[in-house]
Parts: sequence; C-alpha cells; structure tokens
Amino acid sequence: MSEQISYADVEAGAELPQASYPVTRLSLVKYCGASGDFNFIHWNERIAKSVGLPDVIAHGMFTMAQAGRYVTDWAGPSAVVTEFGVRFSSMVVVPDDDRGALIEVSGQVEEKLDGHRVALALTARSADTKVLTRARAVVQLP
Amino acid sequence: MAINREYAGRSFAPSEPYEVSRIKIADFADAIGDPSPIYRDRAAAQAAGHPDVIAPPTFAIVISMAGSGAAIGDPGLGINYAMVVHGEQRFEYTRPIVAGDVVTAQATITDIRDAGRNVMVTTSTQIRTIAGELVCTALSTLVERGGAGA
Repeated sequence: MSEQISYADVEAGAELPQASYPVTRLSLVKYCGASGDFNFIHWNERIAKSVGLPDVIAHGMFTMAQAGRYVTDWAGPSAVVTEFGVRFSSMVVVPDDDRGALIEVSGQVEEKLDGHRVALALTARSADTKVLTRARAVVQLP
Repeated sequence: MAINREYAGRSFAPSEPYEVSRIKIADFADAIGDPSPIYRDRAAAQAAGHPDVIAPPTFAIVISMAGSGAAIGDPGLGINYAMVVHGEQRFEYTRPIVAGDVVTAQATITDIRDAGRNVMVTTSTQIRTIAGELVCTALSTLVERGGAGA
C-alpha cells in the first residue's frame, strides 16, 4: 500500500513523480470483461481497421483508470477522490505484440482548496502523443 | 442513419438496482492493474478509514453505463456504435462507491452537437443508492466519427 500523504504536506505547484503503465491486448480483454464494454474496436483488429482505425485501441476509460491510479497512488489509501475529469485527445493504439503500449502519466499540484482538498493537473501520453488533456482530479486528504 | 437531434434533453428510466460486490470491485482493480488492498481487503480499507472495500474512482463507469446505455442504445437515437469513441468523461463524487451499495443509474442526454464531421452526444448520469442518496454524477461525451456526414 502506498504511503499516506497529508494536506499539510502538500505544496501548490509541486510536481508529482512521473509513472508509466503498460497496456497490452490482454489488458484490454480483461478490461472488456470487467467493465462490460465489449466494443469490437478494443479487441478485434479486423473490425477496428474496417472502421478506419490504425489498429485496436484502448478503451478511453482504461487510460482514465491509469490516470486515476496515478492519483490514488500519490494521495494514499485514506484519500477520497471528489472530482475527476478528462478529455480523450488521442487514441492509445495497442499493437498485437508482447510489449503493447505504454501510458505515461505526470501531474502537478494545481492548487490547495478548502476542506482539505487538493486539485491536481494531469497529463497522459502514449507514443509521444498526449492522450489525455484537460485532465484534473480533486482529492480530499487527511 | 443520422443521429436524431430530438433526443437532446430526453431523460431515460433508471437502471435496475445493482449490488456492488467485493468480488466485482477486485476484478475491476485487477483489470486496471491496481494492486491496492483497499479494493480487496475489508480490514485494509477500514484501517484507511473507509466503511468497507471501496471501488477505484473510474469503477463508477460500470454503473453509469447501465444508465447511459439506455440512452446511447436507444434505437431511436440512431447512433452507430462501431464509429463511437469516447470524447470526454467527468465524475463528481459525493463519496466513494463502497462494497454493499445497491445503486441505480439514471441518464439524461444533455447535448447533441456537430463538431466538424463528427457528432458529440453528452449524457449526465446520476448514480444513487436505492434510498435516494446521490453517490456520483457521471458526465460522458461520446463522439460518433463521421456522424455529421450521414
């Protein structure tokens, strides 16, 4: 379990350490099952290409989940997320090989709010392209 | 088939009550690759100050999709699901979703608009306990690629 951070320890403007999360075809199949989103474009290359995509793409929500994990890993187990929003600016293309793709997340403390809440500005990239923009989370810390 | 713009503003029936189980939360945490014990172990969750195992923040999509699915899947809306990608997603939480919650999701299509050749459909879905407590509001924008040219 990650360590618990407290509101008093947080400084506005502080950069959070970057983290990378792998995504493979197996990740997407598992996410299909766990989420109930079986859209063909997340697991069927033939259909993905037939509708004009470069290859199978990750669920936007899988990418958002990695950004969420980044937030909760930083904030610690007692933190509570009160707001979380993203714009999906580009697709995470997941090739059919053993490496898959990487989602790289970075963040910064945007501001300290009342009620022990902290706003974080997040960025996620894959293959040198921003895949999440306007990504922001608010967490309530002890 | 073009998207029916008259669906903007329409509200849909709430989903059937959904009981959030620890197993489902753990499966979801496995699928997103998050090993945190607060998603699996009641004692660990309670030690961190939660009433029981909590769900990862984006688990709310599993429940909200049951509500927004009624909107997006309505044949009268005429969305071509194979051409759909996710444009934006936002959650506002009153509290975390906790194992044992029994919730419903009720969606409203708040906006349908063109963006170049694409059509963007925005839904607002409220997740409430069957006692009526608002747990989370999920705002989703789906993009039908090429939909404006249909």
